[in-house]
Amino acid sequence: MKKRIWGIILLLVFLNLFQQNLFCQSVSQQEQASSISLGNTAWVLISTALVMLMTIPGLALFYGGLVRRKNLLNIIMQCFIIMLIISIEWVVLGYSMSFGSSEGFLKPFIGGFDWAFLNNIKASDLSPYAVTMPNARIPHVVFIMYQCMFAAITPALIIGAFAERIKFKGFVIFSLLWALFIYNPVTHWMWSSDGWLFKMGALDFAGGIVVHITAGISALIMAIMLGWRRYYNNTPTPPHNIPFVAIGTGILWFGWFGFNAGSGLAADGVAGNAMLVTHIAAATAGFVWALLDWFINKKPTTIGVCTGIVAGLAAITPTAGFIDVRAAIIVSTISSITCFIMVGYIKIKLGYDDSLDAFGVHGIAGIIGSLLVGIFASPAIQGSYQGFWYGNKHQLTVQLIAVGATIVYSAIITFLLYKLVDKFFGLRVNPNEENEGLDFSQHNEIAYNETD
Amino acid sequence: MKKIEAIIRKSKFEDVKAALHAVDIDFFTYWDATGVGKSTEKIIFRGKSYDTSKINRTMLSIIVRDQNLEKTINAIITSAKTGEMGDGKIFVSDIEDVYRIRNAEKGPEALYIKGEEV
Repeated sequence: MKKRIWGIILLLVFLNLFQQNLFCQSVSQQEQASSISLGNTAWVLISTALVMLMTIPGLALFYGGLVRRKNLLNIIMQCFIIMLIISIEWVVLGYSMSFGSSEGFLKPFIGGFDWAFLNNIKASDLSPYAVTMPNARIPHVVFIMYQCMFAAITPALIIGAFAERIKFKGFVIFSLLWALFIYNPVTHWMWSSDGWLFKMGALDFAGGIVVHITAGISALIMAIMLGWRRYYNNTPTPPHNIPFVAIGTGILWFGWFGFNAGSGLAADGVAGNAMLVTHIAAATAGFVWALLDWFINKKPTTIGVCTGIVAGLAAITPTAGFIDVRAAIIVSTISSITCFIMVGYIKIKLGYDDSLDAFGVHGIAGIIGSLLVGIFASPAIQGSYQGFWYGNKHQLTVQLIAVGATIVYSAIITFLLYKLVDKFFGLRVNPNEENEGLDFSQHNEIAYNETD
Repeated sequence: MKKIEAIIRKSKFEDVKAALHAVDIDFFTYWDATGVGKSTEKIIFRGKSYDTSKINRTMLSIIVRDQNLEKTINAIITSAKTGEMGDGKIFVSDIEDVYRIRNAEKGPEALYIKGEEV
């Protein structure tokens, strides 16, 4: 009898708790619905998936088609392993280091560890940071996820510089350290509300400085430090599968809509403008490259068009949310012509072996875009941002400082990381492994089996 | 019996095949061959054209009876010629013996089908 009474009391208490809980939940759901913008959240979620597609398989195919057939799987594996390790690194440390806050001297330079393992972040929290839109009103977790994709694609861009000759183990450790010591701090400078470049007023809509300059400059340093591939002789090795390059370019272009139009963290006019200029820039730059090929080498080439498209997309990245279509055509034309000269002539003169032109295309286009946004930023797109052209002379100076600081920092830290990783793990494969192909020597697989 | 090995332009392969069939040479082997030499082929890579040392050609290997040697060679020479440098070469060598695997026929009769011989 006593037991039964206790049982009933317990049941009542339990029901009570449960009811309270239900009640609480429905209230918090209502609050959430009123404060979070559902439209913006939906768009950023879709953009996240689009940016993911850029790394795998977009970049994997784009770079994979350009290497020789014996190194294809190595490129694909590098793209995949970066997606795996950087995603984990991002939730463990990266997000906190990039967007968290710290105290004292380091505050403008790097975030603290408050959000390590995404500690204290609930699914219903609003995102405290927005790149350009302070009232984007998307959930914090959506912002973390979106930025995670940016963190993953950035080290993947560097692959192009040291393709066909890097040791896989050394590469994995280098990429992880690169994300920790270059990507996270520079993201904090530029996109965190504590960052010194952000406070100075530097503009970077979707990652010209944070993504393309850091990756491009590191690519150059790595290419110089690792030296030429064997039998390179300063002429390019033949790409093994140009249709792969074309498919990869298509996926990159498609994903770039999420990369640029999602970066305003809102589904609004700025996002629409970003998508428009992104598309027009890709089209213009690809066409300009085809024309250059046509006039200088008599025939337009597939790889040329694909490279031009990427050059245009990389240049429009920092500018997408600030400039109008006319400026986009100018920016992408300048970018296409400069990258053409860079990979066709200057690279050969300087004689470094940037295998797939990670610096010549991504780095140069990122620098051009990040500088030109200081000239062409138009008050017609976002009223509070004006460039040199519209009378704000200060903006170009700010962009110059931001680009210069990022170049110097990326170059120095990449050099140190190279020395460190090379000493302890080794970064260059031995000549025998290189001749054999990295697919077999690093992964014990071959891409195209000869036998049935 | 003779072996005729001919290196010809890839673009001339269909012409050569038709010419060989026209003189009733119906059996031969061919494959893509790559070589090096004085001529080069230009490729354009990202806005700059480069000379490659690779030369792509098609290689034919034909085993004929002695009586068919002359007309086979004539057929190849007339059909594969463009008059430019790099038209290719023909090598002729002796073949010691031939066996047909199906019925272990030996010698020249292994090279043609009875009743259709030329």
